Amino acid sequence: MPRVKIARKSTVTDMTAMCDVAFLLLTFFILTATARQPEALPVDTPASTVKVKLPDTDIATVTVGQDKVFFGMTSQPVRALTLQKMGELYGIQFTQDEIHRFSLMESFGVPIGNLKQIIAMKNDERNKAGLQPGIPVDSVGVRPSQLYDWIKQSRYATKELNNQDMRLSIKGDAKEEYPAIKKLIDILQSQSINKFSLITSLRGEEK
Amino acid sequence: MAELDTSGGGKKGGGKVRSKKASTRVDLTAMVDLAFLLITFFMLTTTLAKPQAMDIAMPDKSKDQPDSHLEVADNRSMTILLGAGNRVEWYMGSVDNPLTPPQVDNFGKSGIRKALLEKKKEVIALTGDPAKGLIVLIKPSDKSNYRNLVDILDEMAIIKPQTYAIVDITDPEISLLKRDKIY
Repeated sequence: MPRVKIARKSTVTDMTAMCDVAFLLLTFFILTATARQPEALPVDTPASTVKVKLPDTDIATVTVGQDKVFFGMTSQPVRALTLQKMGELYGIQFTQDEIHRFSLMESFGVPIGNLKQIIAMKNDERNKAGLQPGIPVDSVGVRPSQLYDWIKQSRYATKELNNQDMRLSIKGDAKEEYPAIKKLIDILQSQSINKFSLITSLRGEEK
Repeated sequence: MAELDTSGGGKKGGGKVRSKKASTRVDLTAMVDLAFLLITFFMLTTTLAKPQAMDIAMPDKSKDQPDSHLEVADNRSMTILLGAGNRVEWYMGSVDNPLTPPQVDNFGKSGIRKALLEKKKEVIALTGDPAKGLIVLIKPSDKSNYRNLVDILDEMAIIKPQTYAIVDITDPEISLLKRDKIY
């Protein structure tokens, strides 16, 4: 009697193709993900329920924490042009190399007189805690504060390069006392910037 | 499929010496698992890492007319003073003649939000016009911190009063905060 053979199907599926696709996607996401730069001034932003994302372009961020003020612009050409403008304004000559190095800096917090030293440093040295004392926010005599000039020049630079109005955002530490924020808002308002954003982190649960 | 022929040529004749056929097929399950895990991670972090932005508009401070005041109806305006220790104090009307006695409250759902929601309804009922709603004046004192400011602005985003503004605190209001020991 002939035996009836039931073909046994293998349960092992071929995963080669799946594996290929998975790694292709993985590579894509790794490459497109922007590497998070180490922050020179780490702040703990307060949480809120707003869900509006911060735009990527034409925005400058003023970071306030530990009574220090740091300033950062997003695009590299704007950074370079702003530095040139500030150099002219304060009578400091920056070399081409310095301008290039500055344009790679995410944010900084030193008086303009010490900016050259910071530019000359390596990236990881720069971000050491307590190294950068913050940008002066007090006006000297009739001269507006350096932060005022930085904001103003970066606005000019953004307008010149991108023909866009630069937006301002404030990233404050949750424990920062209100007078420090008030000072900053006053600087912005003295330039007729009445609209700006406060950077917050997402609140986990609806209280 | 990606398999190599590993049979060793096949010795002809000379008995039954057979090389063992080792399969070259590798189990990819774990690798695929890992790959998808990483994909998920990168997908989520690229979108979630973006910080949230809360837009605020400050009242225009033009130098030409520094004394320009916005006339605010007493019965529609609610003043919230931000004091020390994450406490707030609020009252309706003006500081010299408040319509409701100043009350000390906390932040959050059971605190200031309750009062805000209540007053929002009351004011609309009072004026009988949905366009004439509640006006909230936020006055942060020097003892409050940035978190308090963001918290109260967040409440504004939730409650959506007619208008709200951040205004400088005045001396009588500071003495009010001092009286209630939150300054």
